[in-house]
Amino acid sequence: MPSENIYIYLLLAVFLFAAGCYGMIQRRSFIRMLISVELILNGAALNFMTFSRFTAPEPETGRIFTLFIMGLAATEAAIIVSASLSVYRKYFTVDPDDVKDLKL
Amino acid sequence: MNILNALSEILFVAFAIMTVLGACLAVRRVVMLMHTVLGLAVCMMGIAGLYFFLGSMFLSMMQVLIYIGALCVVLVFGIMISYTPKEINRMGITGKHMYLALTACILVCIPMGILIIQSDWHAVTTVPSGEIGPLGSMLLYQYCMAFELISVILLIGIVGSIILSRGGHVADDSVPVSVEDH
Repeated sequence: MPSENIYIYLLLAVFLFAAGCYGMIQRRSFIRMLISVELILNGAALNFMTFSRFTAPEPETGRIFTLFIMGLAATEAAIIVSASLSVYRKYFTVDPDDVKDLKL
Repeated sequence: MNILNALSEILFVAFAIMTVLGACLAVRRVVMLMHTVLGLAVCMMGIAGLYFFLGSMFLSMMQVLIYIGALCVVLVFGIMISYTPKEINRMGITGKHMYLALTACILVCIPMGILIIQSDWHAVTTVPSGEIGPLGSMLLYQYCMAFELISVILLIGIVGSIILSRGGHVADDSVPVSVEDH
């Protein structure tokens, strides 16, 4: 029964985390970085859900953490989208490496 | 009954494949940024299915509503407003740190996978009840403070994103109407 196997869920979560890291380091535009962060957060949420289903005595705790992760991810996405909009309006670029006014 | 079980296992495998393929599409070196958002939506749909198999109908609905319904729409609007095709063409082809990213990703992925496979999780096989009632009462009693803080953070996020996307200094030449006019 693959759906009762904890290893499959955990390996999927690791894959999501690694894909998010890949997209995050590759770093080609703000929106892509935001999407990579969403993948990383979802890997963490899948881990919480898996452990709350298979090993935790109280299954509700992991679900509540997953709900919190969803709320934080939504807030963060709204802020980053509007920040990238204002960066585009000010610098006319979508490249995160071009925005370096605060660097020495 | 056996047919139903086999069907549900097939669905599980389909959701897992959706997750993997969606994540691959979301970080692939594509030219069109919209395909990335599509990949994210497919991946979130797969994760929603996995949540259903993990015993929480409510969270899988929330996943579909929040991620596919809200976040992907926000991303699509952000892309449509800010990115011109010229920028996308200039940015899309030249991924800068690809080998660095691949190395880091493999260095993260393989040790974690080995650790997971070698560990012995004392996994129980009892299926938890997918009721929403205990979830709601825990949110309002045990995790009440965190719940309220999340609400405050959501409010701050909304206000902050409105201020950021308006530019922050719009009131320079649009001075409000003075009281003498009335």
